[in-house]
Amino acid sequence: MANTATANTAPAHTAVSGNRKWAIGFISAVAFFFILNKFLLPQATTPVQQFFNNWFSLTSMAEIMIWIVMALGLNIIVGYAGLLDLGYVAFWALGGYVAGWLMSPFFSSLQLNFFGNARPGFEFGIHFHMFLVLILGGVFTAIWGVIIGGPTLRLKSDYLALVTLGFGEIIPQFMLNGADIAGHNVTNGAQGIGGLDDVNLFGYVIGTFALPEKFLMVSVLAGAMIFFSIRLRDGRLGRAWLAIREDELAASMMGVPLWRTKFASYAIGAVGGGIGGVGFAILVGGVYADRFNFVISIIILAMVVMGGMGNVWGVVVGATTLAWINSIGLIQVGDLVNNTFGTNINFPSYQFLLFGLLLVLMMLFRREGFIPEARIRMVMNEDKIDDEVSDETKIASN
Amino acid sequence: MTSVASGVARKKKVTFSSILMKVSMVLIIAVAVYWLGLNLTNDPKQFAQVTVNGLNNGLLYALIALGYTLVYGIIELINFAHGDLFMLGAVFSFSVLTEFLGATGPSSKNYALLLVVLLLTMLFCAFINVSIERLAYRRLRNAPRLAPLITAVGMSFVLQWIGLKWIGSNPVNVNTVLPSTDFEVAGIIIAVKTLIIFAVTVPLLIVLAFIVNKTRRGRAMRATAQDKDASRLMGIDVNQTITFTFAIAGAAAGAAGIMWAQTTGTVAYNLGFQLGLIAFTSAVLGGVGNLYGAVLGGIIIGLIQSYNDGLAIGPGQRWSQTMVFTILILLMVYRPGGLLGETAQEKV
Repeated sequence: MANTATANTAPAHTAVSGNRKWAIGFISAVAFFFILNKFLLPQATTPVQQFFNNWFSLTSMAEIMIWIVMALGLNIIVGYAGLLDLGYVAFWALGGYVAGWLMSPFFSSLQLNFFGNARPGFEFGIHFHMFLVLILGGVFTAIWGVIIGGPTLRLKSDYLALVTLGFGEIIPQFMLNGADIAGHNVTNGAQGIGGLDDVNLFGYVIGTFALPEKFLMVSVLAGAMIFFSIRLRDGRLGRAWLAIREDELAASMMGVPLWRTKFASYAIGAVGGGIGGVGFAILVGGVYADRFNFVISIIILAMVVMGGMGNVWGVVVGATTLAWINSIGLIQVGDLVNNTFGTNINFPSYQFLLFGLLLVLMMLFRREGFIPEARIRMVMNEDKIDDEVSDETKIASN
Repeated sequence: MTSVASGVARKKKVTFSSILMKVSMVLIIAVAVYWLGLNLTNDPKQFAQVTVNGLNNGLLYALIALGYTLVYGIIELINFAHGDLFMLGAVFSFSVLTEFLGATGPSSKNYALLLVVLLLTMLFCAFINVSIERLAYRRLRNAPRLAPLITAVGMSFVLQWIGLKWIGSNPVNVNTVLPSTDFEVAGIIIAVKTLIIFAVTVPLLIVLAFIVNKTRRGRAMRATAQDKDASRLMGIDVNQTITFTFAIAGAAAGAAGIMWAQTTGTVAYNLGFQLGLIAFTSAVLGGVGNLYGAVLGGIIIGLIQSYNDGLAIGPGQRWSQTMVFTILILLMVYRPGGLLGETAQEKV
C-alpha cells in the first residue's frame, strides 16, 4: 500500500516543479521583451531599433500572446477532449464585443460607471473595470459555448464540427449586421466599436499607445492561460477529457459522464476565446467585425495541430511560430529572399497555400504535431501502431 | 424498489425533453409556414417570381450537394474541399470558354463550345478530385476521423489559393454565352437561362442516378458504402470504386461550376467556401448519403434562400448566410438524419 502511495505522489510532485520551471522561463522571456522595449531600445542606435522593429515588433509580440490564449482555449476542445471546433472565431468575436460594450461610450443613452476609467468628455456609456470585463467576457462566452455545444454534443464528431462552423459564421455576421437589429444599434455594424477605455490598474493608467505595458498585460493573460491549461489537464476533469479523446466507449465504461465532460470542455474552451477576445479588444483599443472570419478559426486550428494537439508547450510553440509568420515573418523573410536573390515574389499571397499545405502535410506525415504528447502520438498513429503490435505478437507466438 | 423509482424518473425526464423538442420543432415550422403564407397572400405574383429564382439556384446547389453526399456516403468524410472544387470548375470554364476560346454572347457556335467546355470542366474537376483522394484521403482512410477532416480543410485552402492565383482576389465578370432574354408566363418573368439550367442539370441528375442505381459500378459503390471489407471479399476493387466515386462527384461539381459562371456572370476565388457550405447543408437536409435527398435538399435550400432574399416581408439579403446556417444547426438538433435519410444519431 505504502509503495503505491509514493508511486502515485511522485509524478505529481515533478509536475508541480515542472510548472515552476516553465514559469521562470516564460516570465524571463516576457521581462526581456518588456525591458528591451521600454528602457533599452529608445536609447539604442537606429539599426538596432530597426532590426527589432522589423523582426520582433512589440505589436506582433503582443498579438502573439493573444494567439497563444486563443490556441490554448481551442486546445482544450480539440486537444484535450478531441472534439473538432471549426468556428472558434465566434468566441473571439463575442469576447471582443463584451469589451466593446462594457468599456466604451458606445451605449450612449446609458451612463454606468463601475470602477471604470472613462475618458474625460465620454462619461456616457458603460464603463467597467478591466478585471470585471475579463470575468464577464469569460462568463458570457462560456454561456455561448453551452448554447452552441449543448444541443449538439450528442452528435457525431464531424456533425459537431459543422454546427460550430455554422455558429462561427452566424455570430460574426450578426456583429456585421448588428447596426440595425429591429431598430437598435447593437454592434455598430462594420464600423465596429472603437475608443475603448484606457485600463486603470490601481491608479496606474495604461494609455492607448503604451505598448510595452499592454504587452505585459496580455502576457499575463497568456501566462494565466498556460497555467490553467496545465492544471486542468492534470486534474480530474482533464484526465476525463483525455480518456474521452482516446476512447469514448472505454471512458464511459469507466464511469466518465460523457456528455457532461464534453460540455465542460466546450464551456471552458470558450472561456479562453472570450478572455483572449477581451484582451485583444483592449490591445487594439476597439473591436471590428470584419476581422472575424473563417480563416481565423482555421489559423487557430493549424496552431493547435502543428504544435501538437493536447500538449500545452506544443500549442504555445505552434501559436508563437504561426502568429509570427502571419504577422511579420512572411513579409520579412520574403523581403530578405527578394533582396538577396533579386527576385520579386509576393510572399504574403502564399498564406493560404502555406496554411493549407501545413494542415495536409501535418496530417499525412506527422499527425501528432511537432512537439507531441506521448499519448496523442499513439492515438493518432493507431493504424500504424496496430501493425507493429501484430508484428510483436507474431514474434511472441513464434 | 428504489431502482424501479429511479427508472421511472429517468423515463419521465426523457419524455419531457422529447416533448419540448417536438413542441419547439412544430413552433418553428409554424412560424416558417406563417411567414410564407403571409407573403403569398400579400403578393402572389412576387412569390411565384421568387420561387422561380429559387429553383434556378436550387438546382445548382443540388449538383454540388451530390458531390458531398456521394463522398460522405462512401467514406464518411465531409469533403470540405468540394466547394472549392466547384469554384475551380467555374474559374476553369471562365478561362477556357471566355478567355481562351473567346466565346461571348449567344450564337449556335458558342452553344456548341459551351457543351464542349462543359465536358472539359467536368473532366478537369474529376481529375482534381481523384488526385486529392489519391494524394491525401486514401492514406488517411484508417486514421482517426479528425485527421481526414482536417486534411480536407487544408485541401480547401490549397484549392482556394490556386483560385486566388488564377484569377486574383477580385471577382471577375464573365461574359456569358447564354442569352439574357426572358419571357413572361402569367406575369412571371422567366429567364431563358433558367430553362437552360434545367435542360443541363436535370439530364445530369438522371444520368447520375442511373449510374448509381442501375450500373455495375453503381452497385459496387453502394456495396462499398455499406461495408468495405465485405465488398472486398465479394471481389469489388474498393480503391477503384472510391476513385470512381470521387470522379463523378468532381464531374458534378465541374458542371455546377460552369453553369454558375454562365448564369450569374461572376467568378470569385472565395465562391467555393460559401456555396460549399450551402450545398453541404442541402445534402444534410435531404439526408446525407441519399442521392435524391441531395437534390431535394438543394432545391429546398435554394427556395428558402430565395424567399429570404427576395420576399417583401422577410429578413432580407444581409441575413442570407445566417438563414442557411440556422437551418443547418436546427437540422442537427432536430433531425440529423435529414428528410429522406434514417436518423444517424450516434448514442453516447
